[in-house]
Amino acid sequence: MSLDRSQVENVAQLARLQVTDDEMPDTVASLSSILDLVDKMQSVDTDGVEPLSNPLDATARLRADEVTEENHRDDYQAVAPSTQDGLYLVPKVIE
Amino acid sequence: MEWETVIGLEIHVQLSTQSKIFSGSSIRFGADPNTQASLVDLAMPGALPVFNENALRKAVAFGLAIDAEIGKRSVFDRKNYFYPDLPKGYQITQMDHPIVGKGHVEIVLDDGTTRTIGVTRAHLEEDAGKSLHEDFEGMTGIDLNRAGTPLLEIVSEPDLRSAKEAVAYLKKIHSIVTYLGISDGNMAEGSMRCDANVSVRPKGQTEFGTRTEIKNVNSFRFVEKAINHELQRHIDVIEDGGTIVQETRLYDSDKNETRSMRSKEFANDYRYFPEPDLLPVEIDHDYIEAVAEHLPELPDAKVKRFMDEHGLSEYDANVLSQSRAMADYFEQVAKITGDAKLAANWCQGELAALLNRDERDITDSPVSAEYLGQLIQRIQDNTISNKIAKKVFEAVAKGEGSPDEVIEAQGLKQVTDTGAIEAMIDEVINANPDQVEQYRSGKEKVFGFFVGQVMKASKGQANPGQVNQILKEKLKG
Repeated sequence: MSLDRSQVENVAQLARLQVTDDEMPDTVASLSSILDLVDKMQSVDTDGVEPLSNPLDATARLRADEVTEENHRDDYQAVAPSTQDGLYLVPKVIE
Repeated sequence: MEWETVIGLEIHVQLSTQSKIFSGSSIRFGADPNTQASLVDLAMPGALPVFNENALRKAVAFGLAIDAEIGKRSVFDRKNYFYPDLPKGYQITQMDHPIVGKGHVEIVLDDGTTRTIGVTRAHLEEDAGKSLHEDFEGMTGIDLNRAGTPLLEIVSEPDLRSAKEAVAYLKKIHSIVTYLGISDGNMAEGSMRCDANVSVRPKGQTEFGTRTEIKNVNSFRFVEKAINHELQRHIDVIEDGGTIVQETRLYDSDKNETRSMRSKEFANDYRYFPEPDLLPVEIDHDYIEAVAEHLPELPDAKVKRFMDEHGLSEYDANVLSQSRAMADYFEQVAKITGDAKLAANWCQGELAALLNRDERDITDSPVSAEYLGQLIQRIQDNTISNKIAKKVFEAVAKGEGSPDEVIEAQGLKQVTDTGAIEAMIDEVINANPDQVEQYRSGKEKVFGFFVGQVMKASKGQANPGQVNQILKEKLKG
């Protein structure tokens, strides 16, 4: 299955990746070849096979409902680029 | 043209656990920003989620309460999108294998008819943080205390046919989750949030019309207003020859209108896939049975019991069991007084009016169940009349003490002393010879006048039954 440029641009946008014009032909080609491999795998007969949601043959271990975390805000915010009044500051979000 | 309305609701219920769904941070409301945000909640590399058993238990309890299939194997998925209050870049939720499958609830409409509303599914997910857009010198402030709070998203079938039905359904879900104690149901604090999918179609048509989604309508009153407004907008657009665009809209309660919310260049594409950091959750029959054993009496069962045991009408039973707190209050008053009907009348009359007027919930009623019970006992033992009781009720509501204290302090004790009542009646008869003449000549309507005069003379404290009886005797002459 081959992707065209606009599909790759869309995926890049969703993933917030910047792909330059120079990189675009290579990116389109390599992503397409990955999907070619997926196409090949699609030809395998999987009738009656349960979809796999996790490769480990195990189920979830559950946690008791207890508050075990203490407040370490100062430590965590020491590495943040910008904070104020206990809030993390980020570039303005425009809706 | 006649239009039919189609509504489906997505209700997010915040589960009342101690800790978050995937971390040991507290979910207490109102803490200082980011003091309840751990490494998992901040999405620090290497920090891994571990599922909270109590969130699972609460979700299963809800499933049992709506008679739903419980997912014996449920799987968490990632829903990918970028927003600063979602530091991981994805929300952990459930897509194909939710914990609660198809179920249903019954709603009772104003005219007394009942309808069954289908619940498509309910799944567990984590809440996002909060963005504060004002006042940070051109920056946005992020508080991640709420990030990771456990939510149960309850999705209804498009079975609702009017805004009123939508409200009745929302109230029913609210009552179920609060009865179960799986959420505090506090809409003002965001413990219950509602999105409505609405569309219209010509009556008789089977295909659905194009729908729009109204986001975050967070009170019972606004749900009805927002839906009605949006429905009218659909009809207006279609009747003017336009078409409805499928989109998300935000309700503005100040202006009572909805407006388009997302003008994103790209349609939502969440690229769900199984969450590799969490293993599938498996529960067995014993686990479900253990949860079932601890279910409290649910609203529908309570309604039935109120009718059978207390002889209430279906309407009264429904009103009184809408919240667990109200039902408990009523039962306590009924127990104290031994008269369920009288208790029901007071709960729905004076008490409901008082709570409504002061915009209070039954849980902080200024008149306790003990006091209302005592007040009704004073009517039963003829200490006060019904009319005086209302006056005492008001005084108790203002914090003037217990009913007995108010009766004592204000000297409201009913006059049942026959001699005293006779004296008052004699006085009234002597002062109004013309009316006595009229009565004796057959104009019996004047009787009411005499009753009024005597009650006035006694400041409302004479026993009305005795007044009637003695007055009749005396007027015969």
